[in-house]
Amino acid sequence: MKFIIVAGTPGAGKTAVLIHTLKILLQQNVKPSVVKIDCLYSDDPKRFAKLGVPVQLGLSMDMCPDHFSIYNTDAILEFARAQNSEFLIMETAGLCHRCAPYTTNSLGVCVIDATSGPNNPMKVGPFLSCADIVVITKGDMISQAEREIFRECILETNQNCSIIEANGLSGQGASELALQIRSTKKRVSENESLRHNAPFAVCTLCAGEKRVGAEHHRGLLRKMNGMQEYVGE
Amino acid sequence: MEIHQITIQAGIDKLGNTERLPDLRINKGEIYGIVGPTGSGKSQLIADIEQLAQGDTASKRRILINGAIPSHELRSDPRKKMVAQLSQNMNFFADMPVADFLKLHAKCRGKSKVDIKQVISIANTLTGEPINASDNLTILSGGQTRALMVADVAIISESPIVLIDEIENAGIKKHEALQLLSGEGKIILVVTHDPVLALSAQKRIIMRNGGMRDIIESTYREKQISLQLNDIDRCILALREDVRAGRKIEEVNFEALRHELSFL
Repeated sequence: MKFIIVAGTPGAGKTAVLIHTLKILLQQNVKPSVVKIDCLYSDDPKRFAKLGVPVQLGLSMDMCPDHFSIYNTDAILEFARAQNSEFLIMETAGLCHRCAPYTTNSLGVCVIDATSGPNNPMKVGPFLSCADIVVITKGDMISQAEREIFRECILETNQNCSIIEANGLSGQGASELALQIRSTKKRVSENESLRHNAPFAVCTLCAGEKRVGAEHHRGLLRKMNGMQEYVGE
Repeated sequence: MEIHQITIQAGIDKLGNTERLPDLRINKGEIYGIVGPTGSGKSQLIADIEQLAQGDTASKRRILINGAIPSHELRSDPRKKMVAQLSQNMNFFADMPVADFLKLHAKCRGKSKVDIKQVISIANTLTGEPINASDNLTILSGGQTRALMVADVAIISESPIVLIDEIENAGIKKHEALQLLSGEGKIILVVTHDPVLALSAQKRIIMRNGGMRDIIESTYREKQISLQLNDIDRCILALREDVRAGRKIEEVNFEALRHELSFL
């Protein structure tokens, strides 16, 4: 089975681009399953279901959304197998700039908003630098010069990615994304691992600490001056 | 690679009907206007040309270069790009000084020898308050932004195909800007609502409901009218500069204007 993992900052247009892409895949008789991961709430499964694709929603609630999707990968793949899908597309909540949800044999797709400015590709971290495909949205809202600079900044962060300029409103770029999804040679294996490690931390915030002062915190901690230490047992 | 001709292969309009105008071939040296009501698909048409669309945009048009399908590289690599576009966008989102931005763009286009100061001074011939190299892009006014975009397109993106979207809305000197952008042997398409600009093009594409509806070749009479409109336009632009400069308007030579109008 092909496993396509789509990540990107909130509001970048992941769902809009995916809906156009799914329409094209369906026309080509490809029958994918879709899993949407979000934190607290999502309307997107309804939008996917309208297309007639099997869709499952996972809400991470108190757990980190990327950790949630990684932890549940087996269950997610099982859902797609039960649907007899050759393709499984997972859209992540994708909030943290320190994580990348892509596994070794998945097709990693990063969706990034061109209006976020040319410094953004450097800021967003591994979910862009480890992606196979980078989809740039909202390019119609900026000048040609800025579009070209944005593209260059992406290539500086990830030389080997394939870039698609897309428009979530008109569907431009969706046919190319559909083509690349169909033609990928990657197949998900029994032993998937992450392409990039998550931050090293068992953090007090994860355990529900709400107080702000430094003395209340344990784990791998890093100070403003760059000093890093482990505090705890 | 030299460009002799681009072909716009007809796509569909907003209702999904095939465009009325069949394949359109535009040759080196030709200037086309693109006219039609707002929402008629003018900007989409030039966006299709900018991306060298291959049936993958809303209009399903295909763009050929010298009669052939352009390579993937020609479509995506800014160093190989043959299309320069001045879009309608009036804002920059990049949070950086003007000079850094221009240097970055010159690097993207593979033009390391471009004189950044010259680009800025050219932009300053089109706008009122001068732009400084150290100004942050995001604080520029609408007119300054547009003037900088024009200078950038003219010098850094310098390409054989030039697409210009509603230059008249920018509050900058449109005739000078247009002259800067056009050049000998280029293919130029100008989206406009301005009769002075529309009539000065050799041909104009009529857009309706997302599709190319018709094409009008400008007649000898239209060319005469265009020249006269130019004079009237110049008079109004001069007045605009006076008003902007805070001067009082004592007199307008209506006689001269009436003289021009009597020929229309």
